[in-house]
Amino acid sequence: MSDNKALLAKEGKLDVSQPLSLPRLSPKKIKTTVIFLVLCGMAFLFLLPFIWMLSTALKTPAEVTAKDTHIIPDKLMWSNFSDALHAAPFAGYVGNSLIVSILAVILTVFINCLAGYAFAKYKFRGRNLLFLMILSTLIIPVQITMIPNFYILKYLGWINSYAGLIVPRAAEAFGLFLARQYIMNIPDSLIEAARIDGASEFKIFRKVILPNIKPLIAVLVIFTFMWRWNELAWPLIAVSEQSMYTVQLGLAMLKGEHFINWTQLMSLTLLSVIPILIVFLIFQRYFIKGMVGSGMKE
Amino acid sequence: MVSSLSKWYEKRSIKIAPYLFIAPNIILFLTFMVIPIFFTFYISFQQWGMFGKPSFIGLENYSRMFGDKVFWISLRNTVYYTAGTVPFSAALGLIGALMLNQKVPLRAIFRTIFFAPVVVSLVAAGLIWSWMFNPNYGLFNEILSKFGVHGVDWLSSSTWAMPAVILTTLWVRIGYCLVIYLAGLQAVPDSLYEAADMDGANGWQKFWRITLPTIKPTTTFILVMEIIHGFMVFDLVFTMTKGGPGYSTTVIVQYIYQKAFTEGEMGYASAIGTFFFFLVMILTLVQMRLGREKQ
Repeated sequence: MSDNKALLAKEGKLDVSQPLSLPRLSPKKIKTTVIFLVLCGMAFLFLLPFIWMLSTALKTPAEVTAKDTHIIPDKLMWSNFSDALHAAPFAGYVGNSLIVSILAVILTVFINCLAGYAFAKYKFRGRNLLFLMILSTLIIPVQITMIPNFYILKYLGWINSYAGLIVPRAAEAFGLFLARQYIMNIPDSLIEAARIDGASEFKIFRKVILPNIKPLIAVLVIFTFMWRWNELAWPLIAVSEQSMYTVQLGLAMLKGEHFINWTQLMSLTLLSVIPILIVFLIFQRYFIKGMVGSGMKE
Repeated sequence: MVSSLSKWYEKRSIKIAPYLFIAPNIILFLTFMVIPIFFTFYISFQQWGMFGKPSFIGLENYSRMFGDKVFWISLRNTVYYTAGTVPFSAALGLIGALMLNQKVPLRAIFRTIFFAPVVVSLVAAGLIWSWMFNPNYGLFNEILSKFGVHGVDWLSSSTWAMPAVILTTLWVRIGYCLVIYLAGLQAVPDSLYEAADMDGANGWQKFWRITLPTIKPTTTFILVMEIIHGFMVFDLVFTMTKGGPGYSTTVIVQYIYQKAFTEGEMGYASAIGTFFFFLVMILTLVQMRLGREKQ
């Protein structure tokens, strides 16, 4: 463009004293283009670690340690995945994580919606106090309860068990808070109508509340699944036997083991990330809504 | 008779039902949150190894803590980590949100890309970046060398391990701040900008005079969340450096974990835990108070 301008100026066709008016490049368009390019650059930097993981996962070990570092593998080694799965009992970790995450989702979402309903729609003694107590645990660092919880798990005989991985973390203050806020918006008249029809209190929950809170359930399911799938600290204290390792615990322990190389480790990391990325891509709307519209936490 | 009985039953069930509905939650909260907190306070006054019986030693764990060099190092590292992550993730998140709040093409895709690291586990992020930072074959040093910078062995250097962990954290947290800021920005009424346009304000003035003051609650929220988050850092450090080399990346939570579960000093670890509990509480309350006053 500037070459053009110089050329035109030379030929005397361009009046330099006038502001240059090129029809399509308004300052606004220039601004948008610059912003777009910066965003592209930023997006590239954010994607690079993912690309690097994928690239390493598909290279031969020799190519990984070759002198020239490059992104696109010479040959796509899909067999890396099966090799990695043989080198470590990773399939078992995935199984454990799936069992823990899915059961935890069912339990957590159920008891949170139930309690959220009670806090939203019933008047009872101690309601505000109990709710405040639960809410205050949102700002209490979970990590300081590690030591007593270890003894409580031991006392219950829950070390190295699914129960120990699932039950203690099922009461999620975030979920309860979200459930209460959401259910408060359901009109009382619906509940009253069902009550006049002679429905039991639990039936009201089942037939009136549950069908009306599907978006809430979606958010709770997604977040609970993500937290349980991604969690490291709790499995670290609740589990000591390798057969009970979850994906994250297994991965963290594999790093630095002599029998595993970086191709294999990146293959396994990739496998661990895929489920959550797929869930994220499908339910993005809910992820972002859940994060933005609530007293969100990690 | 029958109707009065059913009415009685109805009234009763309305009274009992809520307690039954909250019971599972309350029992779990009491067992795994409330009791453990008081239990931690209690253990902190005991001499207690992994096995054997606890014995009361008063404030000895606390006096030991204040004389423990590594405790102070871990505290300093926690502050270093928080100071190195929070301002940058908040500022870069805001800049990204400001850009995405314009009418640019592919906005939804950009947002997805920036947010993706948030949903990935910290273990996975830690592993990916450990490999990025590999001194011989890692991409990070390769890129640096393209700019003529000779990279270091990041995670084995007591100077550079913490910046490496901080950089990894930024990759994870910027997207979170960005999405929260984006929601905050979309709540700023257009009429404010239109009025400013009439007064002939430029973009810079509009940002400082309108945008920033209006999204102040968002900023407060992000700072509170991110600072707490920074103080509680554990997974990334555990995955990337295990607190090393030496104690150069040892942070408080990880020091508690190490004392309790590697060295079996439950009493001493609980004293640090108690200290940490009050530290985070005070920090949160102060921040909330400051945020409220400024509004």
